[in-house]
Amino acid sequence: MDWFYLLMPIAGTYIFWPGLVVLGLGVGMISGFFGMGGGWMVTPGLNILGFPMAFSIGTGVTQMAGPSLVSSLRHAKFGNVDYRLGLIMVAGTVAGFEPGARLVMWLERHGRVDAYVQYGYLVLLSLIAWLVFTDISRKNSKDREARALGKPVEASSGIEWHKALQKIKIPPIVHFQKAGVRCSVWLPVSVSFVTGLLAGVFGIGGGLIRMPALIYLVGCPTHVAVGTDLFEVTISGLYGAASYSYKGRTELLAAVIMLLGACIGAQIGAVATKYVKGYGIRLFFGIAVIGCAVSIVMKLIASAYAPAAAFLNAAATTLILGLVGALSLYIFVRFLRGVREELALQKQMLQTTP
Amino acid sequence: MSNCFRWACVALALRAAPAIAAEHGGQPIVLVVDSRNLSGWMAWWANVYNESHWYFTLLTIITIPVLGLLMGKLTGFVLARMGVNVKSRVLAEH
Repeated sequence: MDWFYLLMPIAGTYIFWPGLVVLGLGVGMISGFFGMGGGWMVTPGLNILGFPMAFSIGTGVTQMAGPSLVSSLRHAKFGNVDYRLGLIMVAGTVAGFEPGARLVMWLERHGRVDAYVQYGYLVLLSLIAWLVFTDISRKNSKDREARALGKPVEASSGIEWHKALQKIKIPPIVHFQKAGVRCSVWLPVSVSFVTGLLAGVFGIGGGLIRMPALIYLVGCPTHVAVGTDLFEVTISGLYGAASYSYKGRTELLAAVIMLLGACIGAQIGAVATKYVKGYGIRLFFGIAVIGCAVSIVMKLIASAYAPAAAFLNAAATTLILGLVGALSLYIFVRFLRGVREELALQKQMLQTTP
Repeated sequence: MSNCFRWACVALALRAAPAIAAEHGGQPIVLVVDSRNLSGWMAWWANVYNESHWYFTLLTIITIPVLGLLMGKLTGFVLARMGVNVKSRVLAEH
């Protein structure tokens, strides 16, 4: 079974390479579907597979540029990318990323990088999960009220912080056509600066934070948030790849192996968004975030309580890979069902056309 | 829900406090790859890493998007051949 293990020349560790392909395929599907680079799953995934934390972060950031590029090009074809909004947010993300990456290097020098990144992840994931499920719960109660009053339910939404933020009219004011948003340019710039800073610290392209930020703070529709975010993840992912490679914490071989699966998965995930409603995407996004948070709690307890460490680490590995597997399966099933219906519709149209 | 979240944050902060307090100084960590036992392209790649991080970075950020684009085009071509409409969105619900 030795040939299942490949030496990573830079990190100097032997890694189970089929795990990299499966992780890449799953994360590609999830990122194409949810509009993220998937670094939030890749980083703990690579760490679990045996990479040191700094290498997990650097390699995760590096590989995400490939599938993000594939997904954003596909979303652009679907009209889901607001390039103007994306470009403005790139500036804030890049400005925020470098201080974040420097903070990781500083923490590494002080020997605390693993603990800080894990605690930070946990706080962030808890906040995002709370945000998503509060939004869904509020929308559901609004829908129930609307139904009781006999009003249409399609237009309602849960959390509407963006409405208050869009009222802050600090010049210049810009209109984002695809997103249907009119606001001060400083709103997307400041949102992207903070998300860029967090991305630099946690070794993620920022999509995990930026996708909900685009929806709840800027006010984008879900599909446009997914597409625009992927466009930005491509650019910020490349910048992150350059930053971490220059700091010597990138394992290109692992990134390339993952890329083989990730690019196929990214196309499937992006096409699957054609067949799923916006709130459906938000719900599964929330479930993914909760699963990821639980796996990090297990790792933290394992590091604090040695007797249960082996069991908890194994459980965390199972959970994260199970989560990637379950979500990928869901996306793949929705993709297949959507494709089948679309093909049947095309066939029907051909038959009815004289 | 929000009270639970607040309490969870407080618990996390308390749990992290000893780790933050225990922090001490340190020096930058410089990694050098041991390329003596490597051969072929692996040895070449390890030497690139050891000799120039700038060149290493340049090769990394060219390789990833180029490979990604090629793989993506290939997958898109296969999907289109299967009959999937990969150019427009049917569902426009937000």
